[in-house]
Amino acid sequence: MVVGPNGAGKTTLLRLLAGLARPSAGSVRLRGVRLARDGEARRDIGLLSHQSYLYDDLTAAENLAFAARLYGTPDPEQRARGALDLVGLGNRADEPVRRLSRGMVQRVAIARSLLHQPRLLLLDEPFTGLDPASAGRVAALFAAERNAGRSLILVTHEVHEAWDLATHTHVLVRGAWTVSGPREGSLEDFLRRYREDQHE
Amino acid sequence: MSDFLRAALAVCAKDIRVEHRSRTALISAIAFAALVLVIFNFARDPASASREAMAPSVLWITFTFSGVIALNRSFALERENGALDGLLLAPVSRSAIYLGKYLANLAFVFTVEAVALPLFVLFFGVDLGGALGGIVLTAVLATAGFVAVGTIFAAMTVRTRFAELMLPLLVLPFLIPPLIGAVQVTARLLAGRPMSEIAGWFRILALYDLVFVTLCLLLFPSLMDE
Repeated sequence: MVVGPNGAGKTTLLRLLAGLARPSAGSVRLRGVRLARDGEARRDIGLLSHQSYLYDDLTAAENLAFAARLYGTPDPEQRARGALDLVGLGNRADEPVRRLSRGMVQRVAIARSLLHQPRLLLLDEPFTGLDPASAGRVAALFAAERNAGRSLILVTHEVHEAWDLATHTHVLVRGAWTVSGPREGSLEDFLRRYREDQHE
Repeated sequence: MSDFLRAALAVCAKDIRVEHRSRTALISAIAFAALVLVIFNFARDPASASREAMAPSVLWITFTFSGVIALNRSFALERENGALDGLLLAPVSRSAIYLGKYLANLAFVFTVEAVALPLFVLFFGVDLGGALGGIVLTAVLATAGFVAVGTIFAAMTVRTRFAELMLPLLVLPFLIPPLIGAVQVTARLLAGRPMSEIAGWFRILALYDLVFVTLCLLLFPSLMDE
Protein backbone atom coordinates (compact mmCIF):
# COMPACT_ATOMS: atom_id res chain seq x y z
CA MET A 1 0.00 0.00 0.00
CA VAL A 2 1.36 3.40 -0.98
CA VAL A 3 -0.07 6.53 0.60
CA GLY A 4 0.96 10.14 0.44
CA PRO A 5 -0.39 13.66 0.20
CA ASN A 6 -1.54 15.19 -3.09
CA GLY A 7 1.37 15.87 -5.40
CA ALA A 8 3.71 13.42 -3.64
CA GLY A 9 4.34 11.53 -6.89
CA LYS A 10 2.16 8.45 -6.36
CA THR A 11 0.53 8.49 -9.80
CA THR A 12 3.88 9.27 -11.44
CA LEU A 13 5.34 6.25 -9.63
CA LEU A 14 2.64 3.99 -11.07
CA ARG A 15 3.09 5.42 -14.57
CA LEU A 16 6.83 4.77 -14.32
CA LEU A 17 6.24 1.21 -13.13
CA ALA A 18 3.74 0.62 -15.97
CA GLY A 19 6.19 1.91 -18.58
CA LEU A 20 3.94 4.83 -19.55
CA ALA A 21 6.45 7.43 -18.37
CA ARG A 22 10.18 7.45 -18.84
CA PRO A 23 12.35 7.97 -15.73
CA SER A 24 14.67 10.97 -15.82
CA ALA A 25 17.35 8.71 -14.32
CA GLY A 26 17.69 4.94 -13.92
CA SER A 27 15.39 2.36 -15.42
CA VAL A 28 12.35 0.28 -14.52
CA ARG A 29 12.81 -3.47 -14.74
CA LEU A 30 10.25 -6.18 -14.24
CA ARG A 31 11.86 -9.56 -13.52
CA GLY A 32 15.09 -8.20 -14.97
CA VAL A 33 13.52 -6.93 -18.20
CA ARG A 34 13.47 -3.22 -19.07
CA LEU A 35 9.86 -2.27 -19.69
CA ALA A 36 10.58 0.49 -22.16
CA ARG A 37 12.35 -1.92 -24.52
CA ASP A 38 10.29 -5.06 -24.20
CA GLY A 39 6.64 -4.85 -25.18
CA GLU A 40 6.10 -8.44 -24.12
CA ALA A 41 6.98 -7.52 -20.50
CA ARG A 42 3.90 -5.27 -20.47
CA ARG A 43 1.78 -8.45 -20.56
CA ASP A 44 2.67 -8.95 -16.88
CA ILE A 45 1.28 -5.56 -15.83
CA GLY A 46 -2.26 -4.47 -15.13
CA LEU A 47 -2.87 -0.79 -14.44
CA LEU A 48 -5.92 0.84 -12.97
CA SER A 49 -5.51 4.55 -13.47
CA HIS A 50 -7.53 7.66 -12.65
CA GLN A 51 -8.74 7.35 -16.24
CA SER A 52 -10.80 4.35 -17.22
CA TYR A 53 -9.19 3.63 -20.63
CA LEU A 54 -12.72 2.82 -21.86
CA TYR A 55 -14.53 3.97 -24.99
CA ASP A 56 -17.84 5.59 -24.10
CA ASP A 57 -19.58 4.45 -27.31
CA LEU A 58 -18.73 0.77 -26.80
CA THR A 59 -20.48 -1.49 -24.32
CA ALA A 60 -18.68 -2.71 -21.22
CA ALA A 61 -18.31 -6.17 -22.79
CA GLU A 62 -17.02 -4.74 -26.09
CA ASN A 63 -14.45 -2.62 -24.26
CA LEU A 64 -13.15 -5.59 -22.33
CA ALA A 65 -13.21 -7.93 -25.33
CA PHE A 66 -11.11 -5.37 -27.25
CA ALA A 67 -8.60 -5.25 -24.39
CA ALA A 68 -8.57 -9.06 -24.25
CA ARG A 69 -7.76 -9.20 -27.97
CA LEU A 70 -4.84 -6.80 -27.49
CA TYR A 71 -3.49 -9.07 -24.75
CA GLY A 72 -4.00 -12.15 -26.92
CA THR A 73 -6.22 -13.92 -24.41
CA PRO A 74 -8.21 -16.83 -25.84
CA ASP A 75 -11.97 -16.40 -26.27
CA PRO A 76 -12.04 -12.62 -25.64
CA GLU A 77 -15.85 -12.29 -25.42
CA GLN A 78 -16.12 -15.04 -22.82
CA ARG A 79 -13.21 -13.59 -20.83
CA ALA A 80 -14.77 -10.13 -20.94
CA ARG A 81 -18.08 -11.37 -19.58
CA GLY A 82 -16.33 -13.43 -16.92
CA ALA A 83 -14.39 -10.36 -15.75
CA LEU A 84 -17.59 -8.30 -15.61
CA ASP A 85 -19.26 -11.02 -13.52
CA LEU A 86 -16.35 -10.79 -11.07
CA VAL A 87 -17.03 -7.11 -10.42
CA GLY A 88 -20.80 -7.65 -10.28
CA LEU A 89 -21.63 -6.09 -13.63
CA GLY A 90 -22.55 -9.17 -15.64
CA ASN A 91 -26.09 -7.85 -16.04
CA ARG A 92 -24.85 -4.51 -17.46
CA ALA A 93 -22.36 -6.05 -19.92
CA ASP A 94 -24.25 -4.90 -23.03
CA GLU A 95 -24.76 -1.29 -21.99
CA PRO A 96 -22.63 1.45 -23.51
CA VAL A 97 -20.12 2.78 -21.01
CA ARG A 98 -21.56 6.30 -21.38
CA ARG A 99 -24.76 5.05 -19.71
CA LEU A 100 -23.02 3.60 -16.66
CA SER A 101 -22.62 5.46 -13.38
CA ARG A 102 -19.22 6.66 -12.13
CA GLY A 103 -18.92 3.72 -9.74
CA MET A 104 -19.87 1.21 -12.44
CA VAL A 105 -17.29 2.67 -14.83
CA GLN A 106 -14.70 2.26 -12.06
CA ARG A 107 -15.68 -1.40 -11.69
CA VAL A 108 -15.43 -1.96 -15.46
CA ALA A 109 -11.98 -0.34 -15.36
CA ILE A 110 -10.99 -2.68 -12.51
CA ALA A 111 -12.22 -5.65 -14.56
CA ARG A 112 -10.13 -4.37 -17.50
CA SER A 113 -6.99 -4.23 -15.38
CA LEU A 114 -7.51 -7.83 -14.14
CA LEU A 115 -8.64 -9.28 -17.47
CA HIS A 116 -5.31 -10.72 -18.61
CA GLN A 117 -4.32 -12.00 -15.15
CA PRO A 118 -1.21 -9.83 -14.77
CA ARG A 119 1.55 -10.75 -12.31
CA LEU A 120 1.81 -7.15 -11.14
CA LEU A 121 -1.32 -5.12 -10.55
CA LEU A 122 -0.90 -1.36 -10.20
CA LEU A 123 -3.96 0.24 -8.64
CA ASP A 124 -4.43 3.99 -8.41
CA GLU A 125 -7.28 4.87 -6.04
CA PRO A 126 -9.30 1.71 -6.80
CA PHE A 127 -12.04 2.53 -4.29
CA THR A 128 -12.89 5.94 -5.75
CA GLY A 129 -16.59 6.29 -6.55
CA LEU A 130 -17.55 2.89 -5.13
CA ASP A 131 -20.39 2.38 -2.68
CA PRO A 132 -19.53 0.37 0.48
CA ALA A 133 -20.87 -2.91 -0.94
CA SER A 134 -18.92 -2.51 -4.19
CA ALA A 135 -15.79 -1.44 -2.31
CA GLY A 136 -16.05 -4.60 -0.18
CA ARG A 137 -16.50 -6.76 -3.26
CA VAL A 138 -13.50 -5.16 -4.98
CA ALA A 139 -11.35 -5.49 -1.84
CA ALA A 140 -12.22 -9.21 -1.70
CA LEU A 141 -11.29 -9.51 -5.37
CA PHE A 142 -7.90 -7.90 -4.73
CA ALA A 143 -7.34 -10.17 -1.73
CA ALA A 144 -8.01 -13.18 -3.95
CA GLU A 145 -5.50 -11.88 -6.51
CA ARG A 146 -2.89 -11.38 -3.77
CA ASN A 147 -3.56 -14.87 -2.38
CA ALA A 148 -3.14 -16.29 -5.89
CA GLY A 149 0.47 -15.04 -5.80
CA ARG A 150 0.05 -11.79 -7.73
CA SER A 151 1.73 -8.60 -6.56
CA LEU A 152 -0.39 -5.54 -5.95
CA ILE A 153 0.80 -1.98 -5.56
CA LEU A 154 -2.15 -0.05 -4.26
CA VAL A 155 -2.04 3.73 -4.16
CA THR A 156 -4.84 5.17 -2.10
CA HIS A 157 -6.17 7.80 0.26
CA GLU A 158 -8.75 5.25 1.49
CA VAL A 159 -6.39 3.72 4.02
CA HIS A 160 -9.21 2.07 5.95
CA GLU A 161 -10.27 0.10 2.86
CA ALA A 162 -6.75 -0.92 1.93
CA TRP A 163 -5.27 -1.70 5.32
CA ASP A 164 -6.36 -5.35 5.46
CA LEU A 165 -5.01 -5.95 1.98
CA ALA A 166 -1.57 -4.52 2.71
CA THR A 167 1.46 -6.63 3.50
CA HIS A 168 3.80 -3.62 3.24
CA THR A 169 3.17 0.07 3.81
CA HIS A 170 4.94 2.94 2.09
CA VAL A 171 4.48 6.66 2.60
CA LEU A 172 5.59 8.93 -0.23
CA VAL A 173 6.11 12.61 0.56
CA ARG A 174 7.51 14.97 -2.07
CA GLY A 175 8.97 12.07 -4.09
CA ALA A 176 10.76 10.39 -1.16
CA TRP A 177 9.80 7.45 1.08
CA THR A 178 9.28 8.45 4.71
CA VAL A 179 7.93 5.01 5.67
CA SER A 180 8.75 1.85 3.78
CA GLY A 181 8.56 -1.72 5.07
CA PRO A 182 6.35 -4.60 6.20
CA ARG A 183 3.06 -3.60 7.77
CA GLU A 184 3.47 -3.23 11.52
CA GLY A 185 1.25 -2.11 14.37
CA SER A 186 -2.32 -0.99 14.11
CA LEU A 187 -4.06 1.17 11.53
CA GLU A 188 -4.37 3.95 14.13
CA ASP A 189 -0.59 3.91 14.79
CA PHE A 190 0.08 4.06 11.07
CA LEU A 191 -2.33 6.97 10.55
CA ARG A 192 -0.79 8.90 13.47
CA ARG A 193 2.72 8.51 12.05
CA TYR A 194 1.47 9.40 8.57
CA ARG A 195 -0.05 12.66 9.83
CA GLU A 196 3.15 13.50 11.71
CA ASP A 197 5.25 12.93 8.58
CA GLN A 198 3.01 15.22 6.59
CA HIS A 199 3.37 18.04 9.09
CA GLU A 200 7.18 17.83 9.35
CA MET B 1 -2.63 -15.09 -37.92
CA SER B 2 0.41 -13.29 -36.52
CA ASP B 3 0.16 -11.31 -33.28
CA PHE B 4 1.03 -8.17 -35.24
CA LEU B 5 -1.84 -8.55 -37.69
CA ARG B 6 -4.26 -9.67 -34.97
CA ALA B 7 -3.56 -6.53 -32.93
CA ALA B 8 -3.83 -4.29 -36.01
CA LEU B 9 -7.17 -5.80 -37.00
CA ALA B 10 -8.46 -5.47 -33.41
CA VAL B 11 -7.62 -1.74 -33.39
CA CYS B 12 -9.15 -1.27 -36.85
CA ALA B 13 -12.35 -3.13 -35.93
CA LYS B 14 -12.65 -1.15 -32.69
CA ASP B 15 -12.30 2.19 -34.50
CA ILE B 16 -14.88 1.21 -37.11
CA ARG B 17 -17.26 0.03 -34.39
CA VAL B 18 -16.88 3.28 -32.40
CA GLU B 19 -17.46 5.33 -35.55
CA HIS B 20 -20.44 3.17 -36.52
CA ARG B 21 -22.01 3.94 -33.12
CA SER B 22 -21.31 7.69 -33.07
CA ARG B 23 -21.01 8.48 -36.81
CA THR B 24 -19.32 11.72 -35.71
CA ALA B 25 -16.48 11.85 -38.21
CA LEU B 26 -18.28 10.26 -41.12
CA ILE B 27 -21.34 12.52 -41.09
CA SER B 28 -19.22 15.65 -40.52
CA ALA B 29 -16.84 14.76 -43.34
CA ILE B 30 -19.62 13.88 -45.80
CA ALA B 31 -21.56 17.05 -44.96
CA PHE B 32 -18.35 19.07 -45.36
CA ALA B 33 -17.63 17.43 -48.74
CA ALA B 34 -21.15 18.26 -49.97
CA LEU B 35 -20.77 21.87 -48.78
CA VAL B 36 -17.42 22.32 -50.52
CA LEU B 37 -18.90 21.02 -53.78
CA VAL B 38 -21.92 23.31 -53.48
CA ILE B 39 -19.74 26.35 -52.74
CA PHE B 40 -17.38 25.64 -55.66
CA ASN B 41 -20.35 25.07 -57.92
CA PHE B 42 -21.90 28.45 -57.14
CA ALA B 43 -18.69 30.44 -56.58
CA ARG B 44 -17.35 29.60 -60.05
CA ASP B 45 -17.50 32.37 -62.66
CA PRO B 46 -18.82 30.58 -65.80
CA ALA B 47 -17.33 33.27 -68.01
CA SER B 48 -13.76 32.71 -66.86
CA ALA B 49 -13.55 29.06 -65.74
CA SER B 50 -15.28 26.12 -67.36
CA ARG B 51 -16.55 23.25 -65.24
CA GLU B 52 -14.28 20.82 -67.08
CA ALA B 53 -11.20 22.89 -66.28
CA MET B 54 -12.04 23.22 -62.60
CA ALA B 55 -13.47 19.75 -61.98
CA PRO B 56 -10.24 17.79 -61.21
CA SER B 57 -8.99 20.42 -58.72
CA VAL B 58 -12.38 20.72 -57.04
CA LEU B 59 -12.68 16.94 -56.73
CA TRP B 60 -9.29 16.60 -55.01
CA ILE B 61 -9.68 19.65 -52.80
CA THR B 62 -12.98 18.15 -51.62
CA PHE B 63 -11.43 14.73 -50.99
CA THR B 64 -8.44 16.24 -49.18
CA PHE B 65 -10.23 18.61 -46.80
CA SER B 66 -13.03 16.20 -45.96
CA GLY B 67 -10.38 13.50 -45.44
CA VAL B 68 -8.57 15.72 -42.92
CA ILE B 69 -11.81 16.06 -40.96
CA ALA B 70 -12.15 12.28 -40.83
CA LEU B 71 -8.50 11.94 -39.74
CA ASN B 72 -8.94 14.41 -36.90
CA ARG B 73 -11.32 11.97 -35.25
CA SER B 74 -8.86 9.08 -35.48
CA PHE B 75 -6.81 9.85 -32.38
CA ALA B 76 -9.28 12.24 -30.78
CA LEU B 77 -11.32 9.21 -29.70
CA GLU B 78 -8.22 7.84 -27.96
CA ARG B 79 -8.08 11.03 -25.90
CA GLU B 80 -11.36 10.30 -24.13
CA ASN B 81 -10.79 8.54 -20.81
CA GLY B 82 -7.05 8.24 -21.53
CA ALA B 83 -7.68 5.37 -23.96
CA LEU B 84 -4.38 5.98 -25.74
CA ASP B 85 -2.51 4.98 -22.57
CA GLY B 86 -4.66 1.84 -22.48
CA LEU B 87 -3.45 1.02 -26.00
CA LEU B 88 0.18 1.75 -25.16
CA LEU B 89 0.04 -0.49 -22.08
CA ALA B 90 -0.87 -3.51 -24.20
CA PRO B 91 1.89 -5.94 -25.18
CA VAL B 92 1.51 -5.20 -28.88
CA SER B 93 3.84 -3.57 -31.35
CA ARG B 94 3.31 0.19 -31.67
CA SER B 95 3.48 -0.32 -35.44
CA ALA B 96 0.51 -2.69 -35.19
CA ILE B 97 -1.46 0.10 -33.49
CA TYR B 98 -0.47 2.42 -36.34
CA LEU B 99 -1.48 -0.15 -38.97
CA GLY B 100 -4.87 -0.64 -37.30
CA LYS B 101 -5.49 3.10 -37.17
CA TYR B 102 -4.32 3.44 -40.78
CA LEU B 103 -6.69 0.74 -42.03
CA ALA B 104 -9.64 2.24 -40.16
CA ASN B 105 -8.81 5.72 -41.51
CA LEU B 106 -8.58 4.30 -45.04
CA ALA B 107 -12.07 2.84 -44.61
CA PHE B 108 -13.45 6.21 -43.38
CA VAL B 109 -11.84 8.27 -46.13
CA PHE B 110 -12.82 5.81 -48.87
CA THR B 111 -16.41 5.96 -47.59
CA VAL B 112 -16.37 9.78 -47.69
CA GLU B 113 -14.93 9.67 -51.22
CA ALA B 114 -17.51 7.09 -52.33
CA VAL B 115 -20.29 9.47 -51.27
CA ALA B 116 -18.58 12.64 -52.53
CA LEU B 117 -17.84 11.29 -56.04
CA PRO B 118 -21.51 10.96 -57.12
CA LEU B 119 -22.19 14.43 -55.63
CA PHE B 120 -19.30 15.77 -57.68
CA VAL B 121 -20.75 14.21 -60.84
CA LEU B 122 -24.15 15.69 -59.97
CA PHE B 123 -22.94 19.23 -59.27
CA PHE B 124 -20.35 19.49 -62.04
CA GLY B 125 -22.22 17.49 -64.68
CA VAL B 126 -19.05 15.54 -65.46
CA ASP B 127 -19.42 12.44 -67.62
CA LEU B 128 -17.09 9.92 -65.99
CA GLY B 129 -17.87 7.33 -68.69
CA GLY B 130 -14.78 5.23 -69.28
CA ALA B 131 -12.74 7.28 -66.80
CA LEU B 132 -14.44 5.82 -63.70
CA GLY B 133 -12.03 2.89 -63.30
CA GLY B 134 -9.03 5.19 -63.64
CA ILE B 135 -10.44 7.70 -61.17
CA VAL B 136 -11.11 4.93 -58.64
CA LEU B 137 -7.53 3.69 -59.06
CA THR B 138 -6.23 7.26 -58.64
CA ALA B 139 -8.33 7.69 -55.52
CA VAL B 140 -6.97 4.44 -54.06
CA LEU B 141 -3.33 5.38 -54.78
CA ALA B 142 -3.58 9.02 -53.65
CA THR B 143 -5.67 8.21 -50.57
CA ALA B 144 -3.33 5.44 -49.41
CA GLY B 145 -0.41 7.88 -49.15
CA PHE B 146 -2.42 10.81 -47.86
CA VAL B 147 -3.98 8.73 -45.08
CA ALA B 148 -0.59 7.27 -44.09
CA VAL B 149 0.80 10.76 -43.50
CA GLY B 150 -2.44 12.04 -41.97
CA THR B 151 -2.60 9.18 -39.47
CA ILE B 152 0.87 9.81 -38.09
CA PHE B 153 0.28 13.57 -37.84
CA ALA B 154 -3.06 12.92 -36.11
CA ALA B 155 -1.11 10.89 -33.52
CA MET B 156 1.45 13.68 -33.15
CA THR B 157 -1.10 16.43 -32.66
CA VAL B 158 -3.58 14.60 -30.44
CA ARG B 159 -1.80 15.65 -27.25
CA THR B 160 -1.54 19.29 -28.32
CA ARG B 161 -4.04 21.89 -27.19
CA PHE B 162 -5.31 22.77 -30.65
CA ALA B 163 -5.20 19.37 -32.32
CA GLU B 164 -7.99 20.16 -34.80
CA LEU B 165 -6.09 23.22 -35.98
CA MET B 166 -2.62 21.72 -35.88
CA LEU B 167 -3.43 18.66 -37.99
CA PRO B 168 -4.30 20.49 -41.25
CA LEU B 169 -1.40 22.92 -40.73
CA LEU B 170 1.11 20.10 -40.43
CA VAL B 171 -0.33 17.58 -42.85
CA LEU B 172 -1.34 19.71 -45.85
CA PRO B 173 2.21 20.52 -47.01
CA PHE B 174 2.94 16.78 -47.16
CA LEU B 175 -0.15 16.21 -49.27
CA ILE B 176 0.96 18.49 -52.10
CA PRO B 177 2.78 15.72 -54.08
CA PRO B 178 -0.13 13.23 -54.13
CA LEU B 179 -2.55 16.08 -54.72
CA ILE B 180 -0.64 17.27 -57.79
CA GLY B 181 -0.44 13.69 -59.10
CA ALA B 182 -4.11 13.00 -58.52
CA VAL B 183 -5.24 16.25 -60.19
CA GLN B 184 -2.99 15.63 -63.20
CA VAL B 185 -4.25 12.07 -63.64
CA THR B 186 -7.90 13.05 -63.18
CA ALA B 187 -7.63 15.89 -65.72
CA ARG B 188 -6.11 13.56 -68.30
CA LEU B 189 -8.64 10.81 -67.61
CA LEU B 190 -11.58 13.22 -68.00
CA ALA B 191 -10.06 14.56 -71.22
CA GLY B 192 -9.79 11.00 -72.56
CA ARG B 193 -5.97 11.11 -72.88
CA PRO B 194 -4.11 7.84 -73.55
CA MET B 195 -2.77 5.69 -70.69
CA SER B 196 0.81 6.39 -71.77
CA GLU B 197 0.37 9.98 -70.53
CA ILE B 198 -0.94 8.78 -67.17
CA ALA B 199 1.21 5.79 -66.27
CA GLY B 200 4.09 7.94 -65.02
CA TRP B 201 1.81 9.73 -62.54
CA PHE B 202 0.50 6.40 -61.28
CA ARG B 203 4.08 5.30 -60.64
CA ILE B 204 4.78 8.53 -58.67
CA LEU B 205 1.65 8.02 -56.56
CA ALA B 206 2.57 4.38 -55.88
CA LEU B 207 6.12 5.40 -54.91
CA TYR B 208 4.78 8.05 -52.52
CA ASP B 209 2.57 5.38 -50.91
CA LEU B 210 5.44 2.93 -50.55
CA VAL B 211 7.81 5.51 -49.04
CA PHE B 212 5.36 7.11 -46.62
CA VAL B 213 3.55 3.95 -45.44
CA THR B 214 6.95 2.36 -44.68
CA LEU B 215 8.32 5.51 -43.03
CA CYS B 216 5.24 6.00 -40.88
CA LEU B 217 5.24 2.35 -39.75
CA LEU B 218 8.88 2.75 -38.70
CA LEU B 219 8.50 6.18 -37.06
CA PHE B 220 5.29 5.60 -35.12
CA PRO B 221 6.86 3.57 -32.25
CA SER B 222 9.43 6.30 -31.47
CA LEU B 223 6.69 8.90 -31.66
CA MET B 224 4.56 7.04 -29.10
CA ASP B 225 7.47 6.40 -26.75
CA GLU B 226 8.35 10.10 -26.54
